Amino acid sequence: MVTSLAFRLTKRFGAKIVLDDLALEVRGREFVTFLGPSGCGKSTALNLLAGLLPPTAGEIRLDGVRIDGLPPERRGFGMVFQNYALFPHLTVGANVAFGLAVRGLAKAELAPRVRRMLELVRLAGLEDRYPGQLSGGQQQRVAIARALAVEPRLLLLDEPLSNLDAKLRLEMRGEIKRLHAELGLTSIYVTHDQTEALSLSDRIVVLRDGRVVQAGPPAEIHDRPRTLFVADFMGYRNAFPVTVSSAEGDTVVGHARDVTLRGLGVVALAPGTAAVAVVRPEDVEVAPEPAGANVVRGTVRFTEYLGREHGVEVVLGTGQTLMARLPRPVTVGSALALRLPPERVVILPAEDGAR
Amino acid sequence: MRLAVLLLPSVAYLLVMFVFPFAYGVLLSLAPGARGLSLANYLAFFLDPWQARTIWVTASIAVPNTVVTVLLALIVAYSMRRGIRGERTITAALVLPIALGTVLVAEGINGFYGPKGWLNQALVGLGVPELPRLTHNYTGVMIALFVQHFPFCFLMLLGYISGIDPALEASARVLGAGAWAVFRRVMWPLIAPGVAIAGALVFVMNFGVFPSAVLVGQPAGATRTIAIAAYQQAFEHSDMSMASAIAVVMGGCQLAGLALILVLRRRMAGTGVATMGAGKR
Ligand SMILES: Nc1ncnc2c1ncn2[C@@H]1O[C@H](COP(=O)(O)OP(=O)(O)O)[C@@H](O)[C@H]1O
Ligand SMILES: [Mg+2]
Repeated sequence: MVTSLAFRLTKRFGAKIVLDDLALEVRGREFVTFLGPSGCGKSTALNLLAGLLPPTAGEIRLDGVRIDGLPPERRGFGMVFQNYALFPHLTVGANVAFGLAVRGLAKAELAPRVRRMLELVRLAGLEDRYPGQLSGGQQQRVAIARALAVEPRLLLLDEPLSNLDAKLRLEMRGEIKRLHAELGLTSIYVTHDQTEALSLSDRIVVLRDGRVVQAGPPAEIHDRPRTLFVADFMGYRNAFPVTVSSAEGDTVVGHARDVTLRGLGVVALAPGTAAVAVVRPEDVEVAPEPAGANVVRGTVRFTEYLGREHGVEVVLGTGQTLMARLPRPVTVGSALALRLPPERVVILPAEDGAR
Repeated sequence: MRLAVLLLPSVAYLLVMFVFPFAYGVLLSLAPGARGLSLANYLAFFLDPWQARTIWVTASIAVPNTVVTVLLALIVAYSMRRGIRGERTITAALVLPIALGTVLVAEGINGFYGPKGWLNQALVGLGVPELPRLTHNYTGVMIALFVQHFPFCFLMLLGYISGIDPALEASARVLGAGAWAVFRRVMWPLIAPGVAIAGALVFVMNFGVFPSAVLVGQPAGATRTIAIAAYQQAFEHSDMSMASAIAVVMGGCQLAGLALILVLRRRMAGTGVATMGAGKR
């Protein structure tokens, strides 16, 4: 059982810095997710941890012992790839047995363990099929069983669900969560999907250009983003430039030309500094009164039926657009007053160039 | 019906370009002196040791050369599967012998490996007392065939191997397979069909060796291959019928070689060593 994994890694390809001193400590049984847009270095980080790429600088310690000099085959990790990477010439059973077979386990010992792994991923009885005869979801289950069969000290998953359709993705997400808990795994998961990250992780590490921009439990990342980049990634799609008028403890008040917005200050902001107030479309509500604190007014430009709710785009007096999700339909062209609940508004420093 | 019409042009092409000349040649070989069909040509060929031994001579060039060419091409292509620096330059340099053609390559080999070639001059300069004889014998033909067929075989295998998803190797490594286990358990089964095809083509080209055997070999003796025998019958003895018979024997040997390679491949597939095609899921 692993109790800790600590690493500090830098990776350059030529002059391009892909990972810039990425440092993290992972506890045993923890589920950590690297979340970030495509090209931010997530896969590179996993490949370095697995030993498939050499780091430019840095070290990896597993329970205090340096392992960065070991080749991948001697690290005892498991890895699940986006495209499954099943061996097409081997049966499902032989795929799952692969790690054990190269470790020299006798044939007689293999069969029961393969059966147990396939039961674990709910594929019992498919031993003799070839990967090409399975659906995408089944292939990914085989890939997971294959990685778990060797009882990996660390499980690395590189966007394992992104090739699956929405329904399967949801189902497999649950499976991964269940297996992680049931088997007491230590897992590092890579995704660009915030929902996946939120639902699976004990801790989310948001990456941008090979650097950690924020790390913390899902609720913290979700509710208290520290930069505009993280806020954008977490679905705060509405942003209003404001000037900070006052900041007291957690509460920050910012003002723009015709509105005063009260919100949550996650990072210290001095009065007078340029800031941005952000809020999610889901948190915007119809104002009970046409004027008041955190209320903005505008004209409905566009509506969209989303089933449970109605997507609405409102053009404010300042010319800015605001997206909202409202429980009742509104008509295009009508005037609307919307309230941005202060407890759901986050006010962040403006200098971040993400927008 | 529509399909038949659509197939017509290609069928006609095959008939005119391949089937007709082949059938004509076979027929010609069976009709010596226009006295009805007879196997006299074949009997004459196999009963004349001077002629029959060309099969052995050709095989003793073609078989080892095929093995060496395919093996070396496999090793080099496999080690280049993830790309190396200067790959384009290397590839271009390798395509050159194919582009230049057999005769120019043979000339080059004479100039480099010949008795007064650069290699021997360098050896003289180094004070080597006994100079190796590398042209106008068996070795010369082996070198020439290797120079011509290695690039072809290498490029074919490199294409085949680089088509295999690198994630397969990565996952095998992470699962605990060392370099050899990766090759043996994952890469070789996926590469084997490509190796079989490359081997078959190199063998067929080797077995038909003609210009090299003449230009850098010893066409009257050690490298009198079956193609030379056929050529002599046709153009020195003006016996087209006998020449056709020899050509048919040559084709038969080539087919036998192909069949052997395919059987070997089946065998390996049967033991689970090689199945399926390249690494396309
Ligand atoms: N072998 C390589 N050579 C050069 N650049 C690379 C190589 N591999 C990845 N990169 C670059 O590193 C960056 C991060 O890649 P990657 O780790 O795959 O990102 P992610 O998985 O987050 O999408 C990308 O900009 C990519 O172009
Ligand atoms: Mg990636």
